[in-house]
Amino acid sequence: MTQIAHHIPDEMLAAYAAGRLPATFEMVVAAHVSMCDACRAALETHETLGGALMEEAPGEAVDGSLLERTLAMLDEAPAPHAASRGAPKRFGIYPGPVAEALKHAPPRWRAAGGGVKQQILVEDGKSSVRLLYIPGGMAVPDHGHHGTELTMVLQGAFHDETGRFGPGDVEVADESLEHTPIADEGMDCICLAATDARLRFLSLLPRLAQPFLRI
Amino acid sequence: MSAEQDQELTEQTSWMLAVRDQRDRQAFARLFAFYAPRVKGVLMRSGMGSAAAEDVVQDVMLAVWHKAAQFDPARAQVSGWIYRIARNRQVDIARKAGRPLPEEVETETPPEADPGALMALAEESGKLRQALAKLKPEQREVITRAYLGDLTHGEIREQTGLPLGTIKSRIRLGLERLRHELKDLRSE
Repeated sequence: MTQIAHHIPDEMLAAYAAGRLPATFEMVVAAHVSMCDACRAALETHETLGGALMEEAPGEAVDGSLLERTLAMLDEAPAPHAASRGAPKRFGIYPGPVAEALKHAPPRWRAAGGGVKQQILVEDGKSSVRLLYIPGGMAVPDHGHHGTELTMVLQGAFHDETGRFGPGDVEVADESLEHTPIADEGMDCICLAATDARLRFLSLLPRLAQPFLRI
Repeated sequence: MSAEQDQELTEQTSWMLAVRDQRDRQAFARLFAFYAPRVKGVLMRSGMGSAAAEDVVQDVMLAVWHKAAQFDPARAQVSGWIYRIARNRQVDIARKAGRPLPEEVETETPPEADPGALMALAEESGKLRQALAKLKPEQREVITRAYLGDLTHGEIREQTGLPLGTIKSRIRLGLERLRHELKDLRSE
């Protein structure tokens, strides 16, 4: 495994542990934690703290028959939801939670202009989670951001004004960052990108293309 | 587990291991009596009604039974493990496509006993609780709301000036330990 240099901010890990992270960013956190032992450890530490607080907080009495009803269900097969389902499995370069969103099939890329391809995984109002395919050496147009955008590299690498990002690395961009990510020469770059607002492109042509790109 | 190690375990850990290793229903009932009201309390703090919260409590306790083989007392306290299961279920209900979860680290089920790491975690958790107990009430309230209630990002940002150094150093220590542990797991 290559060395991961750019991590999920600790505040976001705490928010994921506590269930108060915006839905858009949950997949990036889950994907990064799947690849990064340091962030997994940090997440489990936040859960330890959450558990300690839960243990000491005053509880709410439960219905007297709930235990009996639960005991009666112990021998039934577990219901298929997140509390009981197994952890997701990796598919090729796609970490478990992304593989699950892809239903364990390769992405169905759609051209997004300039040789860039994408597949939208989740879209909800002004938030989206998508996969981006950037051919080696290609630049993604200059853009700023409304709100926050997380970009995690799954294959290849890109660099911009802030640094270089390889597999597992996460770039956190907010409204203060206007950048031009360029995929490294060689291997094409595949990223998982989550944004909580439409990107604001700086030059006119890409802005016209924005409705088609849906980014 | 030898009798000697047994003495060092909290009641909750002993119950959980009895559920995991002996499928002990009486131990499960004890876990239920201890955690069900606490999980319900957390869910209701986050805005759930009593009946909906009890449905989730039942899902969570059933998951505790079914996933018991994955419980590793050297890596998680019972409370933290159940806290995670409860959050996953609660968020899962709120999301149309379910909650994206991380992959698990491949381990044996049940995980191999590691008394040294178990003791270290127990000791650290004890210190974490002591640190929590020493907080001023308003600091304690912020932390509690961040992990048990629905404190927004903005509110947390406003509160970051609070002197929570002790808590943070505990978290860092925990991080360090867990990181080494995970590295060991990976290299096995």
